[in-house]
Amino acid sequence: MLGADAMIKCLEEEGVEYVFGYPGVAICPFYNSILNSKIKTILIRTEQNAAHAASGLARVTGKVGVCAVTSGPGATNVITGIATAFADSIPLVCITGQVNSELIGSDVFQEADITGAVESFVKYSYLVKDANEIPRIFKEAFYIANSGRKGPVLIDVPIDIQNAAVKKFEYPTEVNLRTYKPTIKGHAVQIKKVIKELSKAERPIICAGGGVLLSGAEKELRAFAEKYKIPVVSTMMGIGVMPTKHPMYYGMVGNNGKPYANRAMNESDLLIMVGARVADRAVSQPDLITENKVLVHIDVDPAEIGKNVGASIPLVGDAKHIFEDFAKEEFSCEHGEWIITLNHYRDTMEKKRKINPDYVDPAAFISMLSEAMEEDAIYVADVGQNQIWSCGYHIVKNGRFLTTGGMGTMGYSIPAAMGAKLACPDRQVVAVCGDGSFQMSMMELATMRQFKVPVKIIVLKNNCLGMVRQYQHFTYQDHYSVVDLSGSPDLEKLAMAYDMKFMRLFTMDGVENAIREFLAQDESVLMECVIDPMDLV
Amino acid sequence: MHRKVFQLLVDNTSGVLSRISGLFSRRGYNIESITAGVTADPRYTRITIVTSGDDEILAQIEKQVAKLVDVRDIKELKPGESVYRELAMIKIKTTAEQRQGVIAVADVFRAKIVDVSKDSLIIELTGNQDKIEAFLDLLDGFEILELARTGIAGLGRGIENVTYL
Repeated sequence: MLGADAMIKCLEEEGVEYVFGYPGVAICPFYNSILNSKIKTILIRTEQNAAHAASGLARVTGKVGVCAVTSGPGATNVITGIATAFADSIPLVCITGQVNSELIGSDVFQEADITGAVESFVKYSYLVKDANEIPRIFKEAFYIANSGRKGPVLIDVPIDIQNAAVKKFEYPTEVNLRTYKPTIKGHAVQIKKVIKELSKAERPIICAGGGVLLSGAEKELRAFAEKYKIPVVSTMMGIGVMPTKHPMYYGMVGNNGKPYANRAMNESDLLIMVGARVADRAVSQPDLITENKVLVHIDVDPAEIGKNVGASIPLVGDAKHIFEDFAKEEFSCEHGEWIITLNHYRDTMEKKRKINPDYVDPAAFISMLSEAMEEDAIYVADVGQNQIWSCGYHIVKNGRFLTTGGMGTMGYSIPAAMGAKLACPDRQVVAVCGDGSFQMSMMELATMRQFKVPVKIIVLKNNCLGMVRQYQHFTYQDHYSVVDLSGSPDLEKLAMAYDMKFMRLFTMDGVENAIREFLAQDESVLMECVIDPMDLV
Repeated sequence: MHRKVFQLLVDNTSGVLSRISGLFSRRGYNIESITAGVTADPRYTRITIVTSGDDEILAQIEKQVAKLVDVRDIKELKPGESVYRELAMIKIKTTAEQRQGVIAVADVFRAKIVDVSKDSLIIELTGNQDKIEAFLDLLDGFEILELARTGIAGLGRGIENVTYL
């Protein structure tokens, strides 16, 4: 058995179904061995998207997403995808080919120090120096990626190691990492303290972040909120923890969130932040969430607690375990008036939008689209104005809402939607992007066609980089610089080139039928919605 | 701004030092000095880092370092409860007439003369940082040709805080 065979065997042991990637000489032994396996390979059209596709798969399955690319430019291209997964705490294992071990450091063709280059964006990285170490390293890599605070792990494998003989393949049953032991279970004393504060609180609220979804704690959190009538708001990454129309849900917080969500959070006297980093976009004024209130901060990563805001009660652990422990406590808490106040805020504080009837209104369109989508549909938002509208108007039922809130990487939606669709072929998957973000990943239409991945794509077209244009409108008094996207392709012709069904909406006329037709397609379909370039989120 | 000395116990793997120093540079933390050496158990390396920052930054440093996969343990070496030592080697330009004067100063500090040549000598001095600073101050009248300092290494006193491997 060769090192490359061992690598494939490890992936099989880990139950990997798909590998997203792009071959080159330095990873060819791996791609040669994979032909003898049932693992399916997806040839992505640029390496960055291999990581995004693996991220989409990881987020809907809870399993580790895997991508494999070659050395040098293949490896450096994947960095943005790795950094995106790192910012959003998505478990990935990225395998990179490397030049011959003996040549490392001599700047040979397609050599890049990838473990050095990704150091600040990975949870851990390995440079394999002995083929016999492959089973241990892969076992550790999958464990590190998907435990504690999840994240990407990179394994760099020189071509001679892939071609070297492995004496005996034995996949370890457990990992033995002397120095890595994440805290999963919350401290009993801290849990009691939280319950005590909850029973005293008059205006409690839970703010759910992406960590709740990563830990798979949605059910536990919902049940807890329902039982004790505790209102819930979410960060962008926490959208979907609560169904949008759940009576206890009060929207997304942050400078792009709902005014009533921010008000609810700021006016609370007990705020339970769970799986949220309290980053600048969600909480622009950290003092507002500590003043006059008890702040409970729950996170599996102790370094997040106290990083951006000091917590009254820090609680380190995995959200699912902690909410299971909360559920074991018996207590009462009464705050009927608080709920009435919040319901009033929710009913009266919705932002008023200026609507131009000559165009499709993205907000109304997104809410109609999501109403028409299936119960467990997966909606993938890109980055830009489309993302903010998606966060504000997409209605999550019991499906998933995926976007990159941390890194904000344009072009994420199409590859991530592909990964999600491959992992869940029976679920409806819709990617919503702008014409800027679409063009960052439009090469993947070929991948969708080649591997028959029927993702549905909406392009909100305004012929400009809307989010930056809006920023320049406010900050530079309409002094627009480098935001004009004229020169973009005719999407109808583009769809034709890829054998995709195409639809276009100029106004809201006939939007209901169009959405019905769009969602009814079994194959992939591209719908262009022409929106007002002057629109603001 | 406070100064803190941290003692780390890390896996003795290639790249571990660059992972730690990289963490400091990318998050904008200060490093005054860093020393590393293998422990009695060759699987581990002990690192002593001297850093400074306000209380929140110092708390973050401790947590962010602890989070690195290779880091087994991090603890503060508090001044009263620990022993710090640094080694300095100082090459001084000396004429035959000056030599005795330098040696006399070195003797007071229990420093060793480890090399003598026609125009220079090298002094080796071990001690805490105050001692080394004080010694350098006394050498004010002489020309220091080269100075090499290791940065401090330290251990906590007693057996209460020992991490058993």
